[in-house]
Amino acid sequence: MYNFTYHRPATLADAVSLLGSLEDGKALSGGQTLLPTLKQRLASPADLVDLSGVPDLKGVREEAGGLTIGAFTRHADVAGSDVVARVIPALAHLAGGIGDRQVRHMGTLGGSIANADPAADYPAAVVGLGAWVRTDRREIAGDDFFTGMFETALEPGELVTAVHFPKPDAAGYAKFANPASRYAMVGVFIARFGASVRVAVTGAGPFATRVPAMEAALAASFTADAVAGVTVPPDGLNSDLHASAEYRAHLITVMAKRAMEAMR
Amino acid sequence: MANPNGIGAPVRRREDARFLTGRGSYTDDINRPNQTFAYMLRSPHAHADIISIDTADALVSPGVRHVFTGADMAADGVNSLPCGWLIHNKDGTPMKEPPHYPIARDRARYVGDIVAVVVAESREQAKDAAELIVVDYAERPAVASIRAALDGTAELVHDDVPGNVCYDWHLGDKAATDAAFARAAHVATIDLVNNRLVPNAMEPRAAIGEYDPANGEHTLTTTSQNPHVIRLLMGAFVLGIPEHKLRVVAPDVGGGFGSKIFHYGEEAIVTWAAKKVGRPVKWTAERGESFLSDAHGRDHISHAELAMDADGNFLGLRVKTDANMGAYLSTFSTSIPTYLYATLLAGQYKTPAIYAEVTAVFTNTAPVDAYRGAGRPEACFLIERLVDIAAQKLGMDPTALRRRNFIPKEAMPYLTPVALQYDTGDFAKNLDMALPMVDYAGFAARRAESAARGKLRGIGFATYIEACGIAPSNIAGALGARAGLYESAEVRFHPTGSVSVFTGSHSHGQGHETTFAQLVADRFGIPIENVDIIHGDTAKIPFGMGTYGSRSLAVGGSALVKAMDKVERKARKIAAHLMEAAETDIEVKDGRFTVAGTDKGVTIGDIALAAYVPHNFPLDELEPGLDEQAFYDPKNFTYPNGCHICEVEIDPDTGVTKILNFTAVDDFGRVINPLIVEGQVHGGIVQGIGQALYENCVYDEETGQLLTGSYMDYCMPRADDVPSFTVAYHEDAPCTHNPLGVKGCGEAGTIGAAAAVINAVVNALSDYGITHIDMPATPEKVWRVIHAHKPAMAAE
Amino acid sequence: MASTVTLTVNGTTVTREVEERTLLVHFLRDILHLTGTHIGCDTSQCGACTVHVDGRSVKSCTMLAVQADGSTVTTIEGLAAPDGTLHPMQAAFREHHGLQCGFCTPGMVMSAVDLVRANPTPSETEIREGLEGNICRCTGYHNIVKAVMAGAEAMNGGTLKAAAE
Ligand SMILES: Cc1cc2nc3c(=O)[nH]c(=O)nc-3n(C[C@H](O)[C@H](O)[C@H](O)COP(=O)(O)OP(=O)(O)OC[C@H]3O[C@@H](n4cnc5c(N)ncnc54)[C@H](O)[C@@H]3O)c2cc1C
Ligand code: FES
Ligand code: FES
Repeated sequence: MYNFTYHRPATLADAVSLLGSLEDGKALSGGQTLLPTLKQRLASPADLVDLSGVPDLKGVREEAGGLTIGAFTRHADVAGSDVVARVIPALAHLAGGIGDRQVRHMGTLGGSIANADPAADYPAAVVGLGAWVRTDRREIAGDDFFTGMFETALEPGELVTAVHFPKPDAAGYAKFANPASRYAMVGVFIARFGASVRVAVTGAGPFATRVPAMEAALAASFTADAVAGVTVPPDGLNSDLHASAEYRAHLITVMAKRAMEAMR
Repeated sequence: MANPNGIGAPVRRREDARFLTGRGSYTDDINRPNQTFAYMLRSPHAHADIISIDTADALVSPGVRHVFTGADMAADGVNSLPCGWLIHNKDGTPMKEPPHYPIARDRARYVGDIVAVVVAESREQAKDAAELIVVDYAERPAVASIRAALDGTAELVHDDVPGNVCYDWHLGDKAATDAAFARAAHVATIDLVNNRLVPNAMEPRAAIGEYDPANGEHTLTTTSQNPHVIRLLMGAFVLGIPEHKLRVVAPDVGGGFGSKIFHYGEEAIVTWAAKKVGRPVKWTAERGESFLSDAHGRDHISHAELAMDADGNFLGLRVKTDANMGAYLSTFSTSIPTYLYATLLAGQYKTPAIYAEVTAVFTNTAPVDAYRGAGRPEACFLIERLVDIAAQKLGMDPTALRRRNFIPKEAMPYLTPVALQYDTGDFAKNLDMALPMVDYAGFAARRAESAARGKLRGIGFATYIEACGIAPSNIAGALGARAGLYESAEVRFHPTGSVSVFTGSHSHGQGHETTFAQLVADRFGIPIENVDIIHGDTAKIPFGMGTYGSRSLAVGGSALVKAMDKVERKARKIAAHLMEAAETDIEVKDGRFTVAGTDKGVTIGDIALAAYVPHNFPLDELEPGLDEQAFYDPKNFTYPNGCHICEVEIDPDTGVTKILNFTAVDDFGRVINPLIVEGQVHGGIVQGIGQALYENCVYDEETGQLLTGSYMDYCMPRADDVPSFTVAYHEDAPCTHNPLGVKGCGEAGTIGAAAAVINAVVNALSDYGITHIDMPATPEKVWRVIHAHKPAMAAE
Repeated sequence: MASTVTLTVNGTTVTREVEERTLLVHFLRDILHLTGTHIGCDTSQCGACTVHVDGRSVKSCTMLAVQADGSTVTTIEGLAAPDGTLHPMQAAFREHHGLQCGFCTPGMVMSAVDLVRANPTPSETEIREGLEGNICRCTGYHNIVKAVMAGAEAMNGGTLKAAAE
């Protein structure tokens, strides 16, 4: 790891102004992605701004029937939250399947979505639930947040402060984990809001995206069988050591079926 | 009364007390006063000429003490790392043995080859400085696989090794085998890849070099399975340090599985650098370095055929294997696909004619050497897959075909057509024990039940035999081994009756401190607490060969028995003197020496005291003291064998294979500590399952870059990938040629498991028209099989 | 840059000046000489470095010492009672031969204790899934799972179940 200067601001305002003023600063949240990156010497920020001291970024609360979760809320705290379990149980299930216990004790929602790993789990929920990503300066629609592999709509120095997840009538998430890394090789999040259905896929392509054909099929008939017949073309999907695009495409259908079976 | 901690007791391990409280002492836990840290700058290219190395900026980087290159080592006369086994080609000429320098001199031959070494005050400073070294490389095409190496137009990994062929070797009777095929009614055939693996002991390699100018002594502390072997190879061949001036210590070692047998360049580098720098030099691998530079395992491509008569009796076996050696010859690399592989091709079967050809090739990949099982899993996998294919072809039950061809126990000792003499083994018994344990009779119903749930169930068998405790030294020497294969032990009774045992064998998880102490406690009737086992330090222990190839108990334990025999012989004389009886009247039981027909007796403790305080002692006949040493050179290998049965269920939607059951019945000869033996089997099984379903070391064909260089991409089996196992053993066929009757259990699990798993997977997929699937049987591979072939059932 | 950190490690408060890039695991191993916490990888996967920070299991190779400033840290060295009596989970690992080379063991035990604190009566499946962040190359996990079962019972006040003989 290269050397850097460490800051732990106590307020959001301080965090934002630090990140705004530092030449080459980076937010440090749970560190479960950033620190491995630094250890490999793949990045060399001059300053790290640790968000753990900012109380405003933490916690889960109900808002407008849905959930607002602070950016610095750890995966374990979402997975173990009674409120999340009551309002959007599929989200608790998703958080409980990220990485392993130790990673969940540190990793955070904000860090995960800001990092925008194509194989991360949370992006499926952000897109699948039509969430709103709140930052220190604006609100970004879930559909617009992820823009590419490890790329988001965030501007330099812009901090995610919270994510607002509207409450669906029912939602389900199914993940096919990469056997080595345990990240999502394919993860499918499905949510129904009245007559409309959102289907989001993570892991398969460069970033989490919706699957309109599946949404239409499920809007017509909200059953596992309805989606079992919808195939997704492999074009543009990731192909690597672990899975070809073709296999990933196939898994999207299988995982969509399983997400329906896990609907709650 | 039998000793509660004696032979056969599941004694809880004594070493655990320190490991469970964080007080183990692994190499990286050790810090020397005034130590420096080395960082190895490794080639980022698979194959490149080193045009120049500019170290100027690195030298002035903060904390840097020295920067070394291959030229510095050459100037000091440092030699190549030696290979420990010379193989001869079919035509009798010796194999190609290109030099393997600790720091590459003018060409880097794999990604990870060391090109420079920075020594600095801290790890991070050394690493910071390494980034400032400018190496001018001229890249060459990379030869990244066996196929690429053998392509007639391939780039040469070593200029003086034509065709990249290290050796072209054979074993067995070609004419007899050809004749067997000529009269065969059926022939089963297979083409397979034995996938390359990375051993991945959880403790990364580490080494600390020290030099004491006061007496000219060098000390190397290293993560090794065999410190004396390292001392011999490094001292005599690489650095030219006489053995009395070189101490090698292997403290607690966090797993080896073969990968810590070999003498690695880093060991020579820190030892040499410590003298140059004038301070201790420490190096610890990061996991990424381990992936790049630990010797890998397996990596074979084979074609094999089995000839049978009309009834399924095996007539002949023909095998052609290409084996990857990597860029250079690691210590025992050359013996693995030859004497530890081809010699095992008879398996448990009475196949009368066998002919095997092995071509070993150089590639621009990390060196390949022994990994748990070393050659034997490859042999077992090939035979057991071929037997299943034969059964499929003949429409026979796979257990029935095996039974028909087993070498019967009455035929023991049995000389195979591939040069081994099996001493004992009751193969039918293993199967007889195992089948009821897995309710084989109920399998069809279970398969139907799975099918009703849309799942594919399969069962697979592997009946394996392996050869452990490689020996005897003279025969191995005639076959090219460049080291002895004996083991040593010293039993030192102290005046008050406690015992220190010094063994040349080494524990890195096997539990010697417990089992070896059990042997002593049992023999002399003393509490196990009074026995300490000392290993791993050439300054303390007699010359020994260390631990590999499941040899510790069979060879090291036998040496210990021989040393205890000597102690007892002397003790008997002392007892006779103490009790004023004739030596022939002394009876010994559980450490008590009694005079036959009387109630007179002394304990070994009394005798030890008399031996060290020799006031009442036959000084004109005997030397004082009770301290004996023995070397044991086995007469033959030992032959552990067993039957492993695996039941799997495949999800056809995803191709995911789940192991439902894994049952192992083994014959390890006599069992000293069942708790430890079972633990060895469990661990071995998971390494076998890992190879079969998860693990695969992949280099990019074009560039020779390692694509599976971390746990993000190299799939290690985790707790939730595997089930609990059912393991059993019998002791009805003990080894006949060592004093304990033990055979060895360290590798068995790995040897049987991969074949059992793949046989089960292929069985589950039997409706899809395949006879084989290469390892690892990943979900995508399995899914492709399912989707490429219309199932017979569905077609109806 | 250097910073001062104050932590309570195994019941003792320590204050040290560290380079800010110092990982918690290096702080423990190199500065406090608590070498029971091991390093088995460089990608935060293996769990050999697992310790408890403020009562939760974390990978100390993926946390900066400065992040742990003000926290309470327990390492394998701090698990047994001051008189040396093993923690029930440590005792269970020994009883059930849940370790071989011992390298993964400190992390495995720390993870197991954390797991049982969160779920006092875990099933075999829950144990296996709960340990997915810890890799062991030696044991095949079989005896680790048995040990965690027995350790959980003992942590709940039961007596330590003996390994079947
Ligand atoms: C072994 C292991 C397994 C894992 N498995 C999974 C898995 O299965 N699924 C999965 O989804 N993830 C997985 N992860 C990743 C994990 O979820 C991380 O926690 C997450 O990706 C990053 O969150 P963090 O809080 O740790 O962020 P950090 O690592 O601290 O930061 C990540 C990036 O986000 C930036 N950032 C952080 N917070 C903010 C903010 N509030 N606003 C703007 N930018 C910010 C940082 O500057 C940095 O660039 C795994 C990680 C590990 C080590
Ligand atoms: S060393 Fe921390 S997870 Fe491997
Ligand atoms: S006991 Fe060796 S890695 Fe687990």
